[in-house]
Amino acid sequence: MRFSLSINPRAGAWVSRARLAALLALVFCALAGVARAQAPAASPLAPEVRESLLDPKVNARDRAIALLAEDLSEESARILTFLKNGDLFFDAETRKLYLRVGEKSFVTLSGEEYGGSAPLKKSAVNNRQRQKIQSALNARSLQSPDPQARREASRALIASGEMELETLQALIEAEDDSEARENLRAARAAAVLKDPQAAEGDILSALALFQERPAPEARELIRVKAESPDAREAQAARKALASLEARAQRLAFFETLFFGLSLGSVLVLIAIGLAITFGVMGVINMAHGEMAMLGAYAVWFLQELMPDRPLAALLLAIPLAFVGAGLVGALIERGVIRFLYQRPLETLLATFGISLILRQAALLFISANNRPIVTPAFFGGQWRIADGFAVSVGRVSIIVFCLAVFFALVALLRYTRLGLETRAVTQNREIARAMGVKAARVDALTFALGSGVAGLAGVALSLIANVGPNMGQGYIVDSFMVVVFGGVGNLWGSLAGGLVIGLANKFMEPAYGAILAKILIMVGIIFFIQRRPSGLFPPRGRAARG
Amino acid sequence: MRVWDAPTRAFALVLGFFASAVLALSFLPAGNALALGPFTVSVLGKYLCFALLALSIDLAWGYLGILSLGHGAFFALGGYAFGAHLMRQIGDRGVYGSGVPDFMVFLGWEEYPWHWLGTDSFAFSLFMVFCAPGLLAFVFGWTAFRSRVSGVYFSIISQALTYALSLAFFLNALGYGGNNGFTDFKTLLGFDLNTAGAGRALFALSAAALLGAYLVARSLVASRLGLAMIAVRDNETRLRFVGYRVERVKLFVFTLSAMMAGLAGALYVPQAGIINPNSFAPLFSIEMVICVALGGRGRLYGAVIGAFLVNAARSGLSSYFPNAWLFAFGALFIAVPVALPSGVAGLIEKGARRLFPGRAASGPGAFPEKEALNG
Repeated sequence: MRFSLSINPRAGAWVSRARLAALLALVFCALAGVARAQAPAASPLAPEVRESLLDPKVNARDRAIALLAEDLSEESARILTFLKNGDLFFDAETRKLYLRVGEKSFVTLSGEEYGGSAPLKKSAVNNRQRQKIQSALNARSLQSPDPQARREASRALIASGEMELETLQALIEAEDDSEARENLRAARAAAVLKDPQAAEGDILSALALFQERPAPEARELIRVKAESPDAREAQAARKALASLEARAQRLAFFETLFFGLSLGSVLVLIAIGLAITFGVMGVINMAHGEMAMLGAYAVWFLQELMPDRPLAALLLAIPLAFVGAGLVGALIERGVIRFLYQRPLETLLATFGISLILRQAALLFISANNRPIVTPAFFGGQWRIADGFAVSVGRVSIIVFCLAVFFALVALLRYTRLGLETRAVTQNREIARAMGVKAARVDALTFALGSGVAGLAGVALSLIANVGPNMGQGYIVDSFMVVVFGGVGNLWGSLAGGLVIGLANKFMEPAYGAILAKILIMVGIIFFIQRRPSGLFPPRGRAARG
Repeated sequence: MRVWDAPTRAFALVLGFFASAVLALSFLPAGNALALGPFTVSVLGKYLCFALLALSIDLAWGYLGILSLGHGAFFALGGYAFGAHLMRQIGDRGVYGSGVPDFMVFLGWEEYPWHWLGTDSFAFSLFMVFCAPGLLAFVFGWTAFRSRVSGVYFSIISQALTYALSLAFFLNALGYGGNNGFTDFKTLLGFDLNTAGAGRALFALSAAALLGAYLVARSLVASRLGLAMIAVRDNETRLRFVGYRVERVKLFVFTLSAMMAGLAGALYVPQAGIINPNSFAPLFSIEMVICVALGGRGRLYGAVIGAFLVNAARSGLSSYFPNAWLFAFGALFIAVPVALPSGVAGLIEKGARRLFPGRAASGPGAFPEKEALNG
């Protein structure tokens, strides 16, 4: 399903709701190729059109397409759409036209179902005709009262450059939506470039327009002009190409920035739980990745319970994952880790054993295979920021979720009783106990908190990664690196560390490839830690022990 | 402290008895109930290599307090250095009959790249078995110890080191076989590797190497340097204030330990018949550390016991209880640090004290029950 949000919705151009819905549906059909039966509207088709559509020869379709394109009625648009998608059939006996609306279901234009058993014949079109239909449908959309439809259609027009200049001029003057008007101007410039008889002045001003407003759709047209024998034209074209390049580079930069932030936020999400258990408590929790695995399984479990409502299941999984992973964390702390404080290297072994058991349990009692997670439609959508630059709603949500979890955690440590006690126990266990803080209880709660946050990370991971018994293993080295790089015991350090690692990774990937980039980052972090053993933000004052 | 003390004598005796028994049984005719086939001999030979690796980890962890989670990297580097020589020995007997290994044929290389220079010489390869891991450990240790990276931080960056290397060795373009690594070896120094005799010889060599390494480690621990090592482990800051160059002690022992691990890898490769980037995986290194913890740190022979127990349990349990054995394995990792902090060797010592009261006093080598939080 296509999802599209505009950053500049113009409320003024909304005409009537019903009309808008009908047109939107039409555009959807044309753009996504999803053919659906519309409300039946009986209309006598011109005999000439009908004959042309029923003709077994493909070339005979030209006539019908030309006539239907001239007619601006909704009915012709519908027929053209079905024709373009290869969903228009006819019965050679009764000479009736049928629309294919399902795998094996056909209806006539007026909506009656086809009951016969003889196979219907397809009214076929070739690629050239399909393009003609597409531009006819676009031209029709240019008249649509919905500005979004006009924007899409006018953008498609830049690529084709196929329209009479006078028509374009008229459209530009009538257009009141600024984005659509800009697109139409570019389309006119493209049409000028395509026209072999265009005057030099027109070509130069068209190229100047493309230099001002780079349109990747017209790249090929401009490239042709750059090899033109006319020196001025060639120079203007080269300038336009350069500006196109610059724009492409800017877009690539922002895209990389976004991917880097997205990867970084995933790393931060996994690492902040560890920043608490490892950074604040000094426990090396090798089972941290398995806590995230529990969170991801919570999503799968709830989606199995309510298969019809994936979004609700995902949202409900957030508290379930937090509480579930937190409880398991509290059990681990009470059952194992509390015997091993002061012996950090041995907690590593014990938690590694826990991780092994949890993984094996998932493998035995759930499945060795990855579990399918339904991505709710909302998260599967795209969010268009600018021309040629769209970001996935799912990834944006993960960035937002990461920041929300992070700030909630910071606030919890700073403003709540538990946070105060945690900090007190971290700084000086004996004094804290002397002041009446129940250190053992604080330990258990802090460990449960760190594990719960890992569970939250698992919920986010379920949207972008495979959910299976070994999913946690892939992140454990990375998340330790984030915590150590950022500075142990410092949540802000983990945030900065995760984002820096994510960004560095994505910015190095184009030059070195994914694996080499990762290796270089690992080596870079190793050297960084050796230069500055306490990370990006070393603890100061009394907190800095040793 | 004497080198040739009671535990050392016992260790040499047990190892010697074990090795000669295995060799003797391997000569029995195949029908005999006690006969050991070539496969069993090579499996036991691999255990000896793991024991050598565990011993090298114990030298650094048990006596210096440095827990390296990346010792598998040194093991694998030694293995790759020796494996490269074995690949050279294949010559044109590969599947494609070309002068270079098959994976280079896939890459379109017709000649050996520069970093394979010298691998055709046995002596140079043997030198690289020690040099490659030693050099890496020297550079890594030098930068780490100089900036006083210690405790869990050192563990984590050593884990990152082996992880980065595993990623690098997965790359085909590196020229070390990528995902598949080195395999399908044919001969070594003119001897066919796929015979029972070669298997016995490699087994005997591994046992000798383990004994040699044990004696080297033992004499190191018994020397004045050994006392300094134990002092580093128990109170690094104090030793530094007394005037010792702590970094030098650490660097020397860490590099030596990496070279031992490299030797273990080199002996492992011809017996296993394969070396691939999985040996660089952090998981392998952690498993070896667990062998040491189970056997008992700071005792040298404890590491050997642990390596044999863990690997034998793995082969035994995984074939009889394919699903349940990982639970048992995990439970073992939890139970040992919680209930048995000094490992199996601690139990043995307790038993020995009861049997021979007053003779086996635990020297400064014994690991303290509560380790100082040096993080």
